[in-house]
Formats: sequence, C-alpha cells, structure tokens
Amino acid sequence: MKLTLKIWRQTGRKDKGRFVSYAMDDVNPEMSMLECLDVLNETLIERGEEPVAFEHDCREGICGSCGFMINGIPHGPLPATTVCQLTMRHFKDGEELVIEPWRAAAFPAVKDLVVDRRSFDRIIAAGGYISVSTGNAPDGNAILVSKETSDRAMDAAACIGCGACVAACPNASSALFTGAKIAHLSILPQGAPERDRRALNMVAQMNVEGFGGCTNIGECTGACPKEIQLEVIATMNRDFIRGSWKRRDQDVRTVKPMTEWSTGSKLKIDPHATS
Amino acid sequence: MALDSRIPTGPIEQAWEKTRFDLKLVNPANKRKHTIIVVGSGLAGASASATLGELGYNVKCFCFQDSPRRAHSIAAQGGINAAKNYQNDGDSIYRLFYDTVKGGDFRSREANVYRLAEISVKIIDQCVAQGVPFAREYGGSLTNRSFGGAQVSRTFYARGQTGQQLLLGAYQALERQVHAGTVEMLARTEMLDLIVIDGKARGIVARNLVTGEISTYIADAVVLATGGYGNVYYLSTNAKGSNVTASWRAHKRGALFANPCYTQIHPTCIPVSGDYQSKLTLMSESLRNDGRIWVPMNKGDKRKPDQIPEAERDYYLERRYPSFGNLVPRDVASRNAKAVCDEGRGVGPSGLGVYLDFADAIRRLGEQTIRERYGNLFDMYERITDENPYKVPMRIYPAIHYTMGGLWVDYHLQSTIPGLFVLGEANFSDHGANRLGASALMQGLSDGYFIIPYTIGNYLATNKLGKVEESNAEVRNAVACVNETISKLLSIKGKRTVDSFHRELGKIMWEYCGMSRTAEGLQKAIGQIRELRDDYWQNVTVPGTGADLNQSLEKAGRVADFLELGELMCIDALERNESCGGHFREEYQTPDGEAQRDDDQFSYVAAWNYRGPGNRPELTKEPLEFEYVHPSQRSYK
Repeated sequence: MKLTLKIWRQTGRKDKGRFVSYAMDDVNPEMSMLECLDVLNETLIERGEEPVAFEHDCREGICGSCGFMINGIPHGPLPATTVCQLTMRHFKDGEELVIEPWRAAAFPAVKDLVVDRRSFDRIIAAGGYISVSTGNAPDGNAILVSKETSDRAMDAAACIGCGACVAACPNASSALFTGAKIAHLSILPQGAPERDRRALNMVAQMNVEGFGGCTNIGECTGACPKEIQLEVIATMNRDFIRGSWKRRDQDVRTVKPMTEWSTGSKLKIDPHATS
Repeated sequence: MALDSRIPTGPIEQAWEKTRFDLKLVNPANKRKHTIIVVGSGLAGASASATLGELGYNVKCFCFQDSPRRAHSIAAQGGINAAKNYQNDGDSIYRLFYDTVKGGDFRSREANVYRLAEISVKIIDQCVAQGVPFAREYGGSLTNRSFGGAQVSRTFYARGQTGQQLLLGAYQALERQVHAGTVEMLARTEMLDLIVIDGKARGIVARNLVTGEISTYIADAVVLATGGYGNVYYLSTNAKGSNVTASWRAHKRGALFANPCYTQIHPTCIPVSGDYQSKLTLMSESLRNDGRIWVPMNKGDKRKPDQIPEAERDYYLERRYPSFGNLVPRDVASRNAKAVCDEGRGVGPSGLGVYLDFADAIRRLGEQTIRERYGNLFDMYERITDENPYKVPMRIYPAIHYTMGGLWVDYHLQSTIPGLFVLGEANFSDHGANRLGASALMQGLSDGYFIIPYTIGNYLATNKLGKVEESNAEVRNAVACVNETISKLLSIKGKRTVDSFHRELGKIMWEYCGMSRTAEGLQKAIGQIRELRDDYWQNVTVPGTGADLNQSLEKAGRVADFLELGELMCIDALERNESCGGHFREEYQTPDGEAQRDDDQFSYVAAWNYRGPGNRPELTKEPLEFEYVHPSQRSYK
C-alpha cells in the first residue's frame, strides 16, 4: 500500500520544528507502525539524511517507550494498542498520516518524536510506592487480599507510563497516570497506611511539574493503551481530599520546582494542533 | 588463569547461611562513604540499587532508556517460581533446586542453584509487601500455576504481566530511594567502558545519549545488571535496545565470559511474517498449560486447521513425551517444533509454524475461564496476526529468548575483575545450559534484593580502596578508547546501514549457531562473521554527529560489539563437542534424537579470556561437581 507520512521534525529543544512529508510506496499491511518508520529510516540513511528519532524498546506494548500522535490521536486509531503493535492494515491505501510527538509543557521536546518524560518518574518518587525495605516482609499469605480487590489493583497497576493520557488531555493533565498508581496502591491493604501522604505528595509533584488540572473530560481513558478507567482519578481525588482534611494541621512536604521548565510552559506552539 | 568460585564447603543446605555469617560487614556509618555504580535498571539492577540505597550506600544507577521502568524485565509474561508449597503438591526448596539443576541439563553450579531455590520464598514475600498484585484465590490467598516443565504448581503470576508488576515493584522501591537521596538515577546514559585501576573495577565511562557528552564516574564497586545478548541474532524476543555492550566492554577489560553458546530458544512465539520484521513477539509459555500443540500428520497438508480431522493431526509432544506432554522444557519443545517443520509439516504461509490449539480447553473449561487466564495474550495475538485464537488455533514458532551464558561470576557474584559484580541475565550462573520457565525473574530478584547487598559489603569491608582522580592514566585511557570508537564509527561514511549489517549477522547466527549446530557450520560461521566485521569497519554509514541524540550511533556501537561476541559464541559452540540444553550439536544425539551430553569430557563451565583483536580467546575450565543431583539423561517421556 501507499502512504504519506507527514512527520514532525525538530533537531532539539531550541529548534522550532516543522512537518516534513515522506511518500512511502511499498508499505506491507502486516508491518507495525514502528517497522514502517524503520523502513523509512533505512531509506533516509541510504540517502544521507538523518533518520526520524522515535522512542521504542520492547515492541510488545508493555515497556511504554513508544508513542506519538497519528492524525491527532495518541497511539493512532486502534483502541488499547500502542504504536508498536499497530499494524498498517488499519490504514487505507493512499492515506496521509500526520505524526507528531506528545505535546505538553511537562514533556519537553528532545528530538523529532522523542520527548522527556522524567516528570513521570518524579511523580512516582514523590510517593508512588509502599515504603517497605528489603527484608521486612511477612509471609506472602499473611495478608489476605480478596480476588476482587486484587483484580481491581491489577487493573490500575497495568499502566505502562507512556504518556498518551497527557497527550490526549486538553489540559495536559497527568491525573490518569498519577491516579492509576494511587489507586493500585491504596486499594491494597499493604498500601493503606501511607494512603494520605501518598496522594498529597504525588498530587503536589504533579502540579510542580507543570501538568494541567483534570476537568473530567475523559480523553485520557479513551487514549490509554491499557484502558485505565477514569475511576482511578476519583480514587486519587478522594484520597487527596481525605488526606488534606486529616492532615490539615500538619505540614505537608513542600515541593520545590525541580526543572527549569516545570514552572510554566515555554512552548510557543499550540499544544493540540494536529497539523 | 585459575578460577576460584568461592563455593562454600559443608552441607549445601547451610552453605548460604554460613557464607552470610562469614561475610564481613560495613559499619552503618561508613556505608554512605562508599559509592556503588549499578548499570541497568531491570529486575536485578533496580532491586540491587533500591536495596543498596536502603542500606545507606551512595548508589548511582544507569540505564540507556528514558526511564528505569522501561527495562526489558517488564516484558516477562508468565510468572516467577518459588518453593512455597502453598498448593501442598509436594514442592520444597530441595525439589526446586533439583528441577533447576536437571532442567539446566547438569551444567550449572549446585551451590548457586540451591541458594536460588532457598531465596525464592523470600522474594514472593517481599514483592507482596511492595504491593505486587499477584493472582489470588477467592479466599484471599495467593494462587499458583504450573509452568514450563514443572510437575508442581509453584509459579506466582500477575495476569500475563508478571515481569511488569515485579519490575514496577522494584522501580518504585528504586524511586523511593531516589527521593530519599541515596540513589542518583542517570537515565539515557549508556555505559561504554569499564575503568580498571590496579586490577580493580573503579568506575565507568558513559555517554549522555541526549547531549553526547562523555563522562567518567568513579566508584568503589561496579555492578553490571545489563541483561542478555539475544539480540546478536537480530530477531529475538528481546527489546530492540537490549545489547551486550556493557558486558562485552568489561570482558575486553579482563572479565571472563562464560558459556557464551548457551542460548535459549523459546518455543511459543508468533512466526516471522516478512523481511521488514524487527523483532519477535513472545506468547507466554503458560499457554502450553491449556493449549495442545499439533501439526498435520501428512506433509504439505494445506487445509485449514478446522478441516483437518482429529485422526490426521499429530500431537507430537503428547505422542513422544506422554508424561510431560505439552509441558516439556523449552529446549525440547523448540527442537521438536523445528523437527516437524523440517519434515515439511509446518503450518502457515512460511511453513515455519505449528498450531497451539485451545479448542479442547475451551470445550472443557468454557471460553470465560480461558479469557480470564490468557485474555491479554489472546488479544495481543489477534492484534498482530488478525486471527482470533478463540476460534482458530494460534500459530507459533521458536525464537531466541534468553541467554544462559554471560560474564563469569563466583558464588559472591563477583567477576574475574575484583569489584566488578554481575547480576541477573548478564551473568552465567544459575541456569546451566537451559533455563526453566519462570526462573529468570526469580534469579534477577534473588541477585538484586538478597545476594549482592551482602557480598558487596564484604568486598568493601575487606579491600582498601584509595581515591581515584579523573587525571589517572587508566581513566584517561578509557575515555580515549570510547572517543576513538565513536569518531571511527562516524567517520567511515560507507554505503550500508547499521541495521543491514545487524540483520546479516543475525542470519548467520540463526543458521549456524541457533537451534541446532554442527562443527562444519560453526567453522563456516566464524569465517563469515570475520568477513562481515571487516566489512563493517570499512563500509558502515552512521549519519549525524556524536553531539546530540543519535540513535544510529548508539546502534552502531552495539552492533560492533555483537560482531565480536558472535564469533566467540561460535568458538564456544565448536569447542563443546556434546549436546546439552540449548546447545544442540547434530553430531551428538541419542538414537531417538535427544541431546546427548558427554559428562566425562564437558562437565565444566567454559570461561573465555579476551586476548586482543584477532587473537584466539583463551579457555579456562571451571569443573562442575554434582554431589546432590546426579547427572542422568534427562527424560520427559
């Protein structure tokens, strides 16, 4: 099949960036979107041009490395599918695909389709864990967890941290990502003791990173390749309010901005333009 | 070179306990004065970094990905073994030890394997406490399944995403230490050389993959947890970024490389569909618990699977191995799949595939139960192949999956360079010539959470380590080597892309050093790899510069190392004139086609010493002794 790939090219953070169109004449419908980019890159290198930089690793939809917008939709048109598992048979012969990186102030551009998602790591570092050091654990069956509870925790824990939720959100909010981790841990009895602190600290970090607020639009869950449900955001909000109320007399850790971009958006471009 | 494996004497049941007592401790107040470098952030690297941080050491953890959570441990699907005997089906530490030694075809160290089995139970406890959502019974207790060649149910799992959940547990523990200030995380930073001073590992040279800056990092000890080298075959189930560079460059600085030819071929992967194929997708081995493997009885039978009557199907694993059936270990299942395809009975467009059929299980248990057990795997299969496995049998074919070989380590997980420790898949230690299913996660976490924290303390407590200046000649030499390789790769400006060389290397390796090997083929491969390597350094083209994010340059360095490793793998495979586990030499097989070991000649670990470009590496043998599990012909009949 024939396709035109209109791809965002940007040499680095200081470059303004631009779209460049590439015609592909011989796309095999069985190949994945990333394999299609591999083929394009081989051609570009042979022509002496720089290949398109894009993030990828496992190519099994689980590592969360890959992801970009295709025609304005994070990870493209197929539900519950990352671009590494999106096969080209889902596109029409002759179609033009507009491919661009996640756009969010908290995900600064690195190169072409690659952005910096370390803000996600810092949200986890702020409290996305159960504080149990190695060696402290009781027997695995000492704490019984009902199957329903365990299944619900697993549903939330399935998040791969790709950033599609942020890219889909008109506010560039990371509520679904943060909520998924908060829900995973606070649903389980092991995570209950730290529930309040966790929500307060993670939400604070999310704000510091420059992610927008959640206004319950729901684009995030629609774009999520792991179909994380909106209710995790409700869990986050509940834990946050509960924690704020219970700890209103205590000092909550103040979070200092950790990056030069976390204090506000410096992007000049419209973060949600599709072409 | 003589190898001291430091295996403790005395009864195996007390070996680790005794060793732990004998290990010297570092005073709590002094721990923060020691800097430890951990390279890699998978199960082994993240768990080691987190635990060393908790103990108070000053840890620097490196990964080449944008976040430590991307490490390829995340893709492990099936589960993690532990000798809990929660199912009351006769499991014990001794049985897990026995199964692992036997499964490894009597080519692993007994003491290491026993320790692994012993620690397995603590891993589950630790992971549950961290909030890993393992599958549960309705009553709230943990559930298990049997997995990959085991006759007891000892595998713990979290749907088909066990690796992801265990890695996230370790990653979260790591991030907790980042927050506490004990661990500094350097993502998108790739180790390119090891700094060895006065015979001891004292740091690394690494490249910042975004800015291209080359920096040195000095430490008191270096831990490599950089995974396996399956990508030498180009097509494998490994992540695209998985590579041998850290291990290989440490090897060139003096760390011996053990059993490089032991590679595991996983029987259940989605078959190759075309030349553009960039990787192979694994379908968890747990599918073999309910799926039945078959091919048509007759050659060239092109009918659709549902039109082939029962009597004209050959359930070849059930036929040949009645007691283990579809659950035979991976090496046996893979070899048999190749054999039936070689006979011309393979299925699918390429003829390189066999059916994995769930029709009976769906009839017996209902579609809902199958969906609960394997739903995400079935969905993944359908996304990739556009076929619905609830209706049509899956097509599967073996693919390179895991490498049992790796840097040689002693019982303390220390390589032949003092101060250089190697964990997880990157070392050679526990799986012998074949790894059993659900044992890799166990080993990575055992090494990281429960072994290295003790043994590294002993090293630090018993060695005087002076201060190292950046101006030190060895430091400057390592930096110069790295810079030279990078500028060389950028300056060739030849005609062929890095990937085209990598694909060609992969074809040679798969053809001659893959599922079955011959002396003649291996010799041919060695010649071809040498030619390809010469061509690489004349004719490769790497666009761009070294001063920014340059993914082609990253690949170029890794493929350069694969081109050297591939040759060593063939040399090792050629030297080992026997068949064992994942190493099958056609010349050495039993009359009914099973692997034939030669214990008199080859009951040893082959550890190779690098002796400079163009020179034959030197072989040192570590003899293996079996006091508890007596070598026998493995039988799964």
